[in-house]
Amino acid sequence: MIELLIDPFKYEFMVRSVITAVASGIMLSTLGPFAINRNMGFMADAMAHATLPIIAVGVFLGFSISELGVPASVLIAFFLGYIIKNSNVGEDTAIGIIFSSFFALGFVLISILNVTINLEDLLFGQILAVSRFDVLIVVSMCVVVVSLIVIFFKQLLFYSFDPVGAEVKGLNTNFLNYLFLVVLSVAIVASLQTVGIILVLSMLLIPAAASKLVTDTFVFSIYVSIIFGTISSVSGLYLSYFYNLPSGPTMSLVATGIFIICFFVNKLKKVKI
Amino acid sequence: METTENIFDDTAIIVSDGCCVQLGNNPALDDVTFEIKKGKKVAVVGPNGGGKSTLFNAITGLVPIINGSLKINGMSPKDAKGTISYVPQRDLINRNFPLSVKQVVEMGLINKRTLNLFSRKEINSKIKDALKNVGLLNKINENINNLSGGQFQRVLIARGLAQDADILLLDEAFSAVDVGAQDDIMSLINDINLDGKTILVATHDLNNLEKNFDEVLCLNRHCCAYGDPAEVLTEDVIEEMYGSHYEMFKFHTPENHEKNND
Repeated sequence: MIELLIDPFKYEFMVRSVITAVASGIMLSTLGPFAINRNMGFMADAMAHATLPIIAVGVFLGFSISELGVPASVLIAFFLGYIIKNSNVGEDTAIGIIFSSFFALGFVLISILNVTINLEDLLFGQILAVSRFDVLIVVSMCVVVVSLIVIFFKQLLFYSFDPVGAEVKGLNTNFLNYLFLVVLSVAIVASLQTVGIILVLSMLLIPAAASKLVTDTFVFSIYVSIIFGTISSVSGLYLSYFYNLPSGPTMSLVATGIFIICFFVNKLKKVKI
Repeated sequence: METTENIFDDTAIIVSDGCCVQLGNNPALDDVTFEIKKGKKVAVVGPNGGGKSTLFNAITGLVPIINGSLKINGMSPKDAKGTISYVPQRDLINRNFPLSVKQVVEMGLINKRTLNLFSRKEINSKIKDALKNVGLLNKINENINNLSGGQFQRVLIARGLAQDADILLLDEAFSAVDVGAQDDIMSLINDINLDGKTILVATHDLNNLEKNFDEVLCLNRHCCAYGDPAEVLTEDVIEEMYGSHYEMFKFHTPENHEKNND
């Protein structure tokens, strides 16, 4: 059994992939509980899709996706934050407009600039192809994201729970709003190689949603979400290795499996009560 | 030690002089003038859209004053930010978060310099004191989603108490709670007021204002009246506030409450 577990690690690319998967899993599932309780799923999806034109232009200029990660995510976070705050069409509508138009712009730019990008890898992830530099970037981003959340946890929680009360209390709510948007955007962009633009949402939301079903407190739900996220990433990677499955979709399906189990555990708990 | 006399001194703690607030292109408050003395219990009444919450937003520095002046303890609302305890309307709070009572009360102790540092002993004792004051110490670890509307309101008041500010603002403190819970909250407000805090309560309930409050501020985008409820809450003032709905409220004058109580 142990031999079976360590078998994939004889390949260096698998070591790199597991490290990247764990870092992405931890990063996304730390932010997930905040995102689901603030109903920010659609926003996160828009952030992932809005990266496409930036990636197209960046790759055209000779940068790799990893090199583009931080500037792209900061740009997206500030742009989305500003548009949503200042447009009068409603948050969902503003996000929907940005989501679809940026995604469309990305495809048009890829065509016009004649950029060589494997769209399937971009949409569904290609974790097995990550380089050492990619691993370094994802792990660094994971450390930065988790550290910022830990440092500002109390202020972020206050702002997320009662934004007006937090502002009256003198907290810098503008800073907290953009801080969360930036770390969310960084986590999403850094995880694009792991699960891709379309499936990154599943790794952000599903472990957090599953955790919410089986925990009673917010802090505990973050810990459990991280455990679920890490299990989904690593076991998804193992399954994809042994059964020759696409890694990103397999990770998403494992997360969905965990969610289904938690859903029934939650139902059983209610029946017993 | 402060005596009861100097707690309730004549110092004006909130002074509004011709204060005007605009929301978008619409005037939300026009030429509002009043002066609230330290330690007073003040009811802020008026119709929906009459400016009660806008006044609270102006006092807390959330909306700018376009004309006139508003001073809190001699400071502008922006400078006074963080020195006022504020209990917002409950629908402004995101109750998706499965927080404990303790976590919510702790928010009263958070400021912009709070990082995730651990001075637990002092914080824990302040949280416990605040919860003891609202009678919910036994619920300290309870999930807020398991509380009744009245209990949740008391938790928010405990959060305000933990902050230990001189001024406490309660927006729609009595809405969506039953009569018993309203009584509990009112007696809690009375207890807090005995400690010398100045308390403003925005409410739609005109019953027994003269019994429960020192002063009433009647708003309908302008100040219709301000003073002792027994004196200022006349049929004319109620008509000025509620206009076409006046018929529904005209019996809420102090004289009528007295007759009904007899």
